[in-house]
Amino acid sequence: MFAELLQYMLSGLTIGAIYALAGLGFSIIYNASHVINFAQGEFIMIGGMASATLTASGVPLPLAILIGCGGAMLVGVAVAKFAVERARDASTVTLIIITIGASIFLRGLAELVWGKDFKRLDAFSGETPIQFLGASMQPQSLWVVGCAGVLIVAIGLFFNKTLTGKAMLATSHNRLAAQLVGIDVKRVVLASFALSAALGAVGGAVVAPITFSYTEMGIMLGLKGFTAAVLGGLGHGPGAVAGGLIVGVAEALGAGYISSAYKDAVAFVIILAVLLFMPNGLFGKRGAERV
Amino acid sequence: MNRILHGRLTGLAVLGAIIAVLPVFLTNNFYLDVAILAGFNAVVCVGLNLLIGYAGQISLGHAGFFGIGAYASGVLVGVYGWPPIAALLAGAVFVGVLAFAVAKPILRLKGHYLAMATLGIGIIVSIVLRTESGLTGGPDGMMVEPFKIFGVELYGEKVWYWVVGVLLFVVVWLSLNLIDSPMGRALRAVHGSEVAAEVVGVDTARFKVMVFVLSAVFASVAGSLFAHYAGLITPAKADFFKSIELVTMVVFGGMASTFGAVVGAVVLTLLPQALTVFQDYQQIVLGAILMATMVFMPKGLLPTLAGFLPSRRRA
Repeated sequence: MFAELLQYMLSGLTIGAIYALAGLGFSIIYNASHVINFAQGEFIMIGGMASATLTASGVPLPLAILIGCGGAMLVGVAVAKFAVERARDASTVTLIIITIGASIFLRGLAELVWGKDFKRLDAFSGETPIQFLGASMQPQSLWVVGCAGVLIVAIGLFFNKTLTGKAMLATSHNRLAAQLVGIDVKRVVLASFALSAALGAVGGAVVAPITFSYTEMGIMLGLKGFTAAVLGGLGHGPGAVAGGLIVGVAEALGAGYISSAYKDAVAFVIILAVLLFMPNGLFGKRGAERV
Repeated sequence: MNRILHGRLTGLAVLGAIIAVLPVFLTNNFYLDVAILAGFNAVVCVGLNLLIGYAGQISLGHAGFFGIGAYASGVLVGVYGWPPIAALLAGAVFVGVLAFAVAKPILRLKGHYLAMATLGIGIIVSIVLRTESGLTGGPDGMMVEPFKIFGVELYGEKVWYWVVGVLLFVVVWLSLNLIDSPMGRALRAVHGSEVAAEVVGVDTARFKVMVFVLSAVFASVAGSLFAHYAGLITPAKADFFKSIELVTMVVFGGMASTFGAVVGAVVLTLLPQALTVFQDYQQIVLGAILMATMVFMPKGLLPTLAGFLPSRRRA
C-alpha cells in the first residue's frame, strides 16, 4: 500500500522535474518579453534527439549533451532574434502564433534531420533498479531529479547573485526603467531564450533514456510545462518549479489510482480547477492590474 | 455611417456572388469537397475572429467545441436515435453552457488565462473522445448517419455545398451586424484599451464572455453539420493541432476582419493540398509561412493587401 504510493510519488517527481524545467523556461521568457513561447517543448526535443543520435554515432555522452544544449541555445536565440524581436510591437496573439509557427518549423526540421522513428539513449548509469522502502526506481530517475535540482538552484543563484541575472529580473519588473538605467533589454530577451533553451535541452537529454526521444516528444512535455508555469503563477520562477512537481505527482497518482488512459488529462483538469477557483495561480501576485 | 453600411453590403454581396458562382468552376466532387471543408473552417473562423480580433482573446481549444458538436451529433443520432436537428441543438446548448461556465470567471482576469483554459478543455475533450471508445469508437472514430430533416435527407457534395454556402453567408452576415452594433463598438473599445472602455462604462468582461460563447456555439454547429456531411469523425478533428490550425487561419487572414477570416480559412484549407508537392518539407514550409506572415504582415493577409489599395479604405 505504502510502497505503491511511494512508487507513484517517485515516478511523479521524476517527470515533474522535467515539467518544472520546462515551466521555468516559460517563466523566464515570459518575464523578459511577455511572450508565451510555445516552442519550449521543441528545445526539450532538440536536447533529447541530439544526445541520443550523437551518442549513437560515438560521441561521448557529456559532449553530446553539451552539443545538444548549445544547438538548442542557438535555435532559441535565432527564434528570438529573427521572429520575436522583429514583431516586438505586435499583439500577444501575434507573438503566440509566431512561437507556434517556430515550433511547427522546428519539428519539421527535426523530422528531416533525424527521421520520424524513436531513438534510444542508454541510461547514464545502468538499468539496475534501486530498492527504496519497498519501491523500486530507475537510476536514471535520480539523474533526472538531480540534474533538474542542480539547474534550478543554479538559476536561482544566477538571478539573485549575478549582475546579468539581476538585470534580467529588473527588466521583468519594469522594462522602461531597466532601459533607463542602462540595461540592454534586447539582449535580456535573447539571453532569456538562450537560458530557457538550455534548461529544456538538458531536461530532454536526461529524460530521453526513460521516455525515448522522437521528434514529437516535446509537444506534451511543453504543454505540461506551460501548465506548470500557469499553475505556479505565470512569471513566478519558484512557482513554476512547484507547479511542475505538483503536475507530475498528480499525474502519476491519477494514472495509478484512477485511470492510466486519462493520465495526460490530469494536468489540464487541475489547471482548469485552479483557474476557476484560484485565478492567479497558486503563487501568483494578487490584486489589481496597474495601467 | 452610410459608408460603413455600404462597405458591409458590398462585402456581403461579393461573398454571396462568389458562393453562387463558384460551383461553375468546381467541376468534380474533389473540388467541391475541398470547397465544403473550406466553408466549414470559414464558419468556425468567423466566430473565432470575433474573439481574437474584437475581444483580443485567444482560444487554443476551439477544435474541442467543434469536436463536441460533431460527436454530439454522431452519438445522439447514431446511438440514441435522436433526430439530427435535436442533436445539433443539444450539442450547441451544451457547448454554450460549457463556454459560459468557463469564461465567466476566467475572462475577469487579464492576460493569457483564457488561452490556458481553452487549451485544457480542448485536450481533455480529445482525450475523452479517444478513450471512451464504447460511445465514440476511440481513436479510429465513428460513422455518423446522414442529416435528415422533415423526411428529406441531405446527400451528396452538391447539396452540402449549398448548405455550407448558406450557413457561411448567414454567419458572416450575423457577425458583420454584431460588429456594427453597439456591442461591436464596445468590443472594439475593449481591444483598443480595456481600461479606457471600462472607464466609459463598457462592461468589458460581459462582452468578452458573450463573444466567447457565441464563437464556441458557431464551432459546435459547424462540427455537427460537418459530422453529418463527412459521415466519419475522428478525435483528430478535435485535437490541439486542429485548434492551432483554426487560430492560424484567423490570424493569417487578418485579425478583426470578418472577410479576412474567410479568406484565411480558404487559403489555409487549400494550402496543405498545395503543400503536398513539398512532401517531407510540408511542416517546415507551413511553420515558415506562419512565422513570416506574422513577422512581415502582423495584420494578416487581407488587411495588408487592402492597405495597398489607397482608394478603398475598408476591407
